[in-house]
Order: sequence, then structure tokens, then C-alpha cells
Amino acid sequence: MISLKNAGFSYGDRAILKNVNQELPAGSFHFLTGPSGAGKTTLLKMCYLSLMPTSGSLEVLGQDVTTLSREQITQMRRRIGVVHQDCQFLNHLTIRQNIALPLLVAGKNIEDSMENLEDLLSWVDLAHRADALPEEISGGERQRLALARAVIMDPDMIVADEPTGNVDWEMGQRVLTLLVELNKMGKTILLATHDLNLIRSIKGRVPASVLRLKAGQLSLAGAKL
Amino acid sequence: MSLNPLSFLFGDAASDQVVPPKGNAAWLTAFASAAMAFIAVFALTLSLAVGRLADYWSLDLARTATVQIVAEGDDLMAQSEAALRVLRTSPGIESAEIIDKSEQLALLEPWLGSNLPADTLPIPLMIDVHYGADSPDLNSLLLRLEAEAPGASYDDHSEWRAPVLEASQRLRLMVGLSLVLTAIITVIIVVLSAHSALASNQNIIRTLRLLGARDSYIARAFVRRITMRSTFGAVLGMALAMLVVVSFPAQPESNGLLSGMALSGVDWLYPIFVPVLVGISAFAASRLAARYHLHSVT
Repeated sequence: MISLKNAGFSYGDRAILKNVNQELPAGSFHFLTGPSGAGKTTLLKMCYLSLMPTSGSLEVLGQDVTTLSREQITQMRRRIGVVHQDCQFLNHLTIRQNIALPLLVAGKNIEDSMENLEDLLSWVDLAHRADALPEEISGGERQRLALARAVIMDPDMIVADEPTGNVDWEMGQRVLTLLVELNKMGKTILLATHDLNLIRSIKGRVPASVLRLKAGQLSLAGAKL
Repeated sequence: MSLNPLSFLFGDAASDQVVPPKGNAAWLTAFASAAMAFIAVFALTLSLAVGRLADYWSLDLARTATVQIVAEGDDLMAQSEAALRVLRTSPGIESAEIIDKSEQLALLEPWLGSNLPADTLPIPLMIDVHYGADSPDLNSLLLRLEAEAPGASYDDHSEWRAPVLEASQRLRLMVGLSLVLTAIITVIIVVLSAHSALASNQNIIRTLRLLGARDSYIARAFVRRITMRSTFGAVLGMALAMLVVVSFPAQPESNGLLSGMALSGVDWLYPIFVPVLVGISAFAASRLAARYHLHSVT
């Protein structure tokens, strides 16, 4: 699913990631942890094709990302669901419209996906807020909205950057439960978090491993939970 | 990035949804387009009026002349009859009529007022001459007039018509340049407004890209919205300008510039092209701006 070989990323002379080697097989669940500034977000951005490695190689969904055309990158992004800590919604659209946004930009007929859309709203427990605006809902609801939007296109992989960073423990567990459900459906999950309790709480629910980044390098690569 | 104009006109209207309906650039674009269209319609109306005046001066006045006779008493009557005889028997002259005193006083009224002492004012006798299809032979006509009515002076208007005609042509050129400048300013405003809209919606662009939106899709959404706003503003500006133009006298009482500003016949169709041109310019300019902007943002 994802294969990093000596992958690195630099802003000019400043190396953010150095010689990262890791394989993330399809259907696996991985936590990515490490201190602030360790390069977690950069690694995630590389995995969802927002950044390209400046050294080494990176394969995502079986494709060498450095050889992809702009159109191929766009097509690949539709197969990767992304959840951000700050969510990034279109605040003038309703919850329902935000979830449907990936369908809209892909030129799909939303009417054909209405059933799926309503199921998703129920799955993330937002059916009762479907016509609200993103600014009108709580932090936990926003994370669930981001998750629903990330899976509407039935992606192969979910990349989540601190999805529980702004919510309380209970809400964090609800988000994690949704991610576990997605993983059981065969989706590859890569979740960046500082929260060690969150990582521990998955034990026994689904096989998962931990990647730890420190100063741009993997110091713990794939430790099983 | 490809952007088919037809898909813009008939295609994915839903793409509009991704652009916030409000923004700093929104009202500015519409207002600027309205103002530019208003100015453009006025410039166009002025251009048409100047064109009509130029036609009048170059065609209608070129087919007329005025004969002025300075004499007194019986001599005046004798010379005027002689001059009329010469004029009416000259080939190329269709008509020659004495301008009566009341008409002359009416012509002088704007300068000298209405209470003119008609009896004592030394007004020369004047003859209004109209040419036929072929113009007269001026040399022989002047020789005959000089012989039979020595107090007559012949004015074919060419002395003052030429500079006025030249001035009208220059005025028309200036109006044309004003139209071009208006178009350039409109394009600049649209480009700046497109850049502003794109720059102030960076988060939306980033999000849309992450969700798998092509740049052409994002561009189309912004281009469509900016074009609609510009065209809407231009329609408003045109309508407002037309209301003002309608208030000009429809039947000019004289051939003065302002009284000749009213549109007539097919002229009314020309202002409709202003919002159409603004729309086309806005589409092209915003498309160019969007292409440049999206290409420069990775």
C-alpha cells in the first residue's frame, strides 16, 4: 500500500525527514507518533501526495509518486481519505454538502449516492445535524464530519493527522472506534497522534503497529501492539 | 489545465457551490463592472452622436451654401432678385430661397436675445442655397454673381466646416480610445479581483485539491462566479446608463451635441453588446488569472 525507501524531505538545506524506510501493507493499522517537529505531518503529507519526497522513493497504492502526472495525482487523491486536526471544511456549505464534496468534485451524481450519504451521516451520528453549518457543530462532531467526508469515495486508505487532538477522551474514543471499523472493512489506516493513551486503547480491538519519528527519522518502526 | 468555454456556459453549475457566495471581491467586481459599463455606454452613445454630427457636417452641410447681400434700399432688392436669378438658373442648384427676417432673428436670438430691434438692426439679406445631385460649377457661379450682384458674397461653409469636421473626427477618436481604456481597466479589475478571490480562498483551494478536485474544476468554479458577477454588474450599469440616455431629447431641436445624444433605431442595440463584451472579457481575464494562480500554487 505504502512503501518508503530511504525517503527524505527537505526545505532547502533543512532536512525534515531522513532515510525513512517502511512498508505499510494494505489493510494494516498504524499509529505515527513522535514529538512536535519530528516530521509526522510531513510524512503524512507525502503519503497523501501533498508533498513529494526530495530524496529516496515513495510508492503509494503501488505507484511511484515521483513519476505521477498532475492528473494521476488527482486520481490517486480520490483513493486516499484525509482527516486533519483542523478539518478544513467549506464553511458556507452544510454538513451534508461537505460530506458530499468529494463526489461533487469528482463529477459524480450526488443523487445516486444519497443512500450512502445518509448512511454515512448516521454512521458518524450527524444525521440530526445534516443541515447545520460546520461552524455550528462541536469539535467532536467536526472530526466525525471529517471522517465521513474522507470515506464517502470509498478510499483504499485513510490518513489522519491528530484527529483526536481537539476533542475529549470520550469523543476521541468514538473517532477511534470509527477508524477501527473502517480498518475491519479493509481500509489501511495511518493515524498520527501524540496521545499514548489513545494508542494503548486500541489493544485487542484490531492488530496495529506504532511508528515513532524522532528528528526526522524512524526510531521505532512497526512495533506491534 | 483545460477549460472549455462551452462547459462553462452549459456545464457544471454545481461547481459554483465551492466558492463562498460572499467575499471582499464579490461586490467590488460587480460594482466596478457596473461603473465601467455605465461609462462605456456613455462613451458609445457619445461616439454615435459624434458620428451623426460628423455625417451631418460632411454630407448635409456640404450640399448647402449661403449667399449674403449687403446693400441698401432699392439696390438691395435689385441685387437680391439678380442673385436669385443667377442661382436658380445655375446647373447643380436645386433651390435658392431668401431667408425671411423672422427666421434670421430666430437664428440670432440665442446670442442677442428675443427683443431685437428688427427694423433698425442692419441685418444683411441672406439666401439659403441647396445643391442638387451634381454640385454647381463654383467658378462660373461666382463670376456671374460678381457681375450681376456685386454686393453678394457666397459662403459654401467650407471655411468653418473643415476644422469642425476635423474636430469631430478627433473627438470620435478620443471616444474610441476611451472605450478601449475602459475595456482595459475592466480587464485589469477582473484580473485583480480574480487574484484576490483566489488568494483569499487558499484554504478552500487546498481542501478541494486534497479531495481530488482538478485545477480545471477549481478554476471553472471561480471563473464562472467572477464572470457572472461581472456580467450582472455590467447589465446593471448598462441599464442605468440607458435610463439616462433615454432622458435626452429624442428629436433634437438643433444639431447641438447634447441634443443629438439620443439613440434611435438600430443604435439602441449597440449598448447591449457592452455587458456581453464585459462578460467575455471577464471570462477570459479570470480564466487567465486562475490558470496563473493555480499553476503557481503547489
